[in-house]
Amino acid sequence: MPENGLIAVAMSGGVDSSAVAGMLHREGVPVIGLTMQLWNQRRLPEVASGGGAGRCCSLDDVYDARQVAAHLGIPYYVVNFEERFEREVVRPFIEEYLAGRTPVPCTLCNNFVKFGQFLEMAESLGAGRIATGHYARIRRDAETGRHLLCRAVDESRDQTYFLWGLTQDQLSRALFPLGEYLKPRVREIARGLGLPVAEKGDSQEICFVPNGDYAAFIDAYFREQGIGRERTRGEIVTADGRTLGAHEGVHRYTVGQRRGLNVAIGKPLYVIATDPATQRVIVGRDAELLKASMTVASVNWIAFPALTAPMRAAIKIRNKHAAAPATLYPSPDPARVEARFDEPQRAVTPGQAAVFYDGGLVLGGGWIA
Amino acid sequence: MTRYYFDHNATTPVAPEVLDAMLPLLREDFGNASSIHHYGQKAKQHLETARRQVAGLIHAEAREIVFLSGGTEADNLALFGVVRNAPRACKHVITTAIEHPAVLGACGQLEREGVEITRVRVGSDGVADPDDIRRALRPETVLISVMHANNELGTVQPLAAISKIAREAGVVCHSDGVQALGKIPVDVEALGVDLYSMSGHKVYAPKGEGALYVRKGTPIRSVQFGGHHERDQRPGTENVPGAVALGRAAQWFTDNFSEESERLQALRDRLEAGILARVPGASLNGGAAPRAPNTSNICFDGISGEAHVIALDLRGFAVSSGAACSSGAVEPSHVLLAIGLTADQARGSIRFSLGRLNDAAQVEALIEAVAETVGRLRNLSPAGRAHA
Repeated sequence: MPENGLIAVAMSGGVDSSAVAGMLHREGVPVIGLTMQLWNQRRLPEVASGGGAGRCCSLDDVYDARQVAAHLGIPYYVVNFEERFEREVVRPFIEEYLAGRTPVPCTLCNNFVKFGQFLEMAESLGAGRIATGHYARIRRDAETGRHLLCRAVDESRDQTYFLWGLTQDQLSRALFPLGEYLKPRVREIARGLGLPVAEKGDSQEICFVPNGDYAAFIDAYFREQGIGRERTRGEIVTADGRTLGAHEGVHRYTVGQRRGLNVAIGKPLYVIATDPATQRVIVGRDAELLKASMTVASVNWIAFPALTAPMRAAIKIRNKHAAAPATLYPSPDPARVEARFDEPQRAVTPGQAAVFYDGGLVLGGGWIA
Repeated sequence: MTRYYFDHNATTPVAPEVLDAMLPLLREDFGNASSIHHYGQKAKQHLETARRQVAGLIHAEAREIVFLSGGTEADNLALFGVVRNAPRACKHVITTAIEHPAVLGACGQLEREGVEITRVRVGSDGVADPDDIRRALRPETVLISVMHANNELGTVQPLAAISKIAREAGVVCHSDGVQALGKIPVDVEALGVDLYSMSGHKVYAPKGEGALYVRKGTPIRSVQFGGHHERDQRPGTENVPGAVALGRAAQWFTDNFSEESERLQALRDRLEAGILARVPGASLNGGAAPRAPNTSNICFDGISGEAHVIALDLRGFAVSSGAACSSGAVEPSHVLLAIGLTADQARGSIRFSLGRLNDAAQVEALIEAVAETVGRLRNLSPAGRAHA
């Protein structure tokens, strides 16, 4: 591990990561700024939005990041991670949709790109640690020596839902300086540092999908790859097997969705599941969306090495979900866990992450099976 | 931090004598070369002196030199000017897979406009085979465009043999000479080319100036429209300071060519010997072919060229890997893929290009820095540990 204390800051060109670079630099920490080029915006021109503003890897964002680095006087480079991003994030994202699940690409990106390839690149350049603009906190447990992940001070900005996959090694080398601040304070800091992005708007959720229209993105990606539309078409059916209509793409539906079904049987209908084998979208009444339990797979524990006995936790099953009280039960396969909610939860969606909390502490998380 | 510049194929600084020559054109001799008064005449004199100097370096006649904005414009004028001028309905252009984007991009646009393009492959030595060019000829072929020296490998293409094929077939022959000028002897008569692109900023003149050699009688038309400058081939008020700078730079190479190319070759050979001796798993790309004496392209197995370039920059050494895209990130080089390298090998390759800023002590420091950097990067990467 290098001893010079060099820290690589992942700079997106937004106000958060720019503030991180500025804060560390102000403290006298040796800093190098890196922007990850993750997606070639010349691809899929049919879904390109005008100018590409607010999208990842747009020239505007790289320009902003470069301006901030120049303003601070820190070394700055753009690194090309497009290949890894497509392999580890974009393709799995699309395959998950086709497999009847609703993926969380940001978690994949964190696990494999931001805290994977980026960490490797930082180390290659002599930086032992990386810093990002994530809203989350890392604590070291003095007794166990484990690196703990905690919710951000700014609850409304907390990003721990996307960070449950980080290993102890990754957490030990990551810094999240913004976890201690409220967002308005971060903007103040950016202003105080004279950063040219201090007033820049927030970025959208899925960075590589323009305007959040992931269905259009998937359609365009299929056209580029020469994949036929028939791979995604199918029927809309009820749980008891009645066919109500046809749909144009299974990736257009997610559990709990009501809009866009274009079938009417006199009462409100919701997507309750999608069947990857037949590409069927199964619809039903609101009550059919409620589930009292679920299996969580590919579990990563952060607060302790393994679950050995039943445990109480609050579980978030999507980013905007208010964590629901539940009990976690170990299973014979240590990578899986059974969760039983105190109250049945609406739209437990396969492919989304389930993140287990004890108050502000992230116990661990996994993928809803 | 002391900084060392080993990226002269990307660009060069303006040489002191070049700057001295162009400064009066920015100050007192600022006239428009088309004006009839004293100021215009003075500017015109400087412009024509520069034209003779450029012509002298490549053994052309002064009236065969068209000044324009740089290598990309020269390539675009050559390709579009010849193709648009050709009378036939079906048109075909032959080029190679390892051309600079200025040529490949122009060919791509010609293709969208209905022109057929053949991109001849090159061997693993980075050289095109004239027989492949001959085989690609068609009755509707109007232009053959083959670069003189490759920007990434330095490999020199057999231009004389290729231009002979063109001449026999009655086809215009263009060469992008941007990376050859000042590095290898350029004699447009001996090479037999009709069109030859040159760039100022690769030969210690400023960016934004270049020239196209147009052999007298070559069927070409202008692709821009306006005034009657540059014998109707390139409208627009001449950039006299830029042309004077390019002329002065050409003069320097006319006067110092042999000495400088021998000096650079000795430095380059020492650099290659030093790196290959010190670094396991390093191999020369395009090393078997005749090369420009200043260029060295080396593949380092198992490490990312991108990390390598940044790590060296943080130590003060400027080198290059692949081609920078618009954001500044690195993409694997189409040239290295074309000579048969895998994507990983292409990504692991580094181009060192020497020039007037370099001396023997810098080369020794670079060898040391590369050896240390590669050693450290290999220790971090699982694939690289095999070489450690």
